[in-house]
Amino acid sequence: MRLQARYRWLPTPFRSLFLFLIWLLLNNSVSPGHLVLATFFAIFIPLLSFSLRDPQPLILKPGLALKQLLIVLYDIVVANLQVALLIIGPAKKLRPAFVKVPIDLTHDMPITILASCVSLTPGTVSAEVYPIPESLSEGEEPSQRYLLIHVLDLKDEEALIKLIKQRYEAPLKEIFQC
Amino acid sequence: MISEWVVSILLLFGGAFILIGSMGLIKLPDFFMRLHGPTKATTLGMASILIAAMVFFANSKTGLSVKEILITIFLLITAPISGYMLIKSAIHHKLKAKEGTKGLDNIEDD
Repeated sequence: MRLQARYRWLPTPFRSLFLFLIWLLLNNSVSPGHLVLATFFAIFIPLLSFSLRDPQPLILKPGLALKQLLIVLYDIVVANLQVALLIIGPAKKLRPAFVKVPIDLTHDMPITILASCVSLTPGTVSAEVYPIPESLSEGEEPSQRYLLIHVLDLKDEEALIKLIKQRYEAPLKEIFQC
Repeated sequence: MISEWVVSILLLFGGAFILIGSMGLIKLPDFFMRLHGPTKATTLGMASILIAAMVFFANSKTGLSVKEILITIFLLITAPISGYMLIKSAIHHKLKAKEGTKGLDNIEDD
């Protein structure tokens, strides 16, 4: 995990890229004027806001991040179809369950991304991260974190935990190197 | 002409998905299960409707519009967060889950 970017004038390179793209998308044009303005915003907004924020881990494997994004988008479509079928089908056959998934990620941001991926994909909604920070004493690091998820139709708990760990957590660990 | 077909099919498809997601709100037995409809089934429906809007405007006088991509991004970012807030407050209020829900002892007191 690396918190410090390579260049001081570009503290958050991928957020800058994102700002650049969003400005162009908002204005729906690639005219030279908007390109210059987008570059200006992409460089100066992160510089101004960087000192106000907690340092976040940087994306160290951008290629893998892009691949993971495509995988998650594909999974969203598949999960949507599955959940639609489950809703149409008989409600009595569903086997809802709460499952605790042990997670190895340590920083808040990768955990947030993992929880969002879990919410958007395979018939699961993430509910809580344990242990709750308020229950820990100041500066104490929990030995093991858990993600509590609600499953609409649980078939095999072990297989679900394995799927989440392999398909969503392992690439995040690679991308942020933590 | 073809684009009209594409737009109509996408609109029907999207509308059907949003309808199914809303049906889930009525049909499913408890709060935790109802939450699955709005966080998932409606995302695909919204995406289809937004793609239909892009195709429609690309063929009209206004020309290609890409703002719909932004709407999709914001929808994908905010849907899990609102789902999380809802389920967290449900757990805090100790809402009853449907009988036969497994793993209820996994919920810790807070």
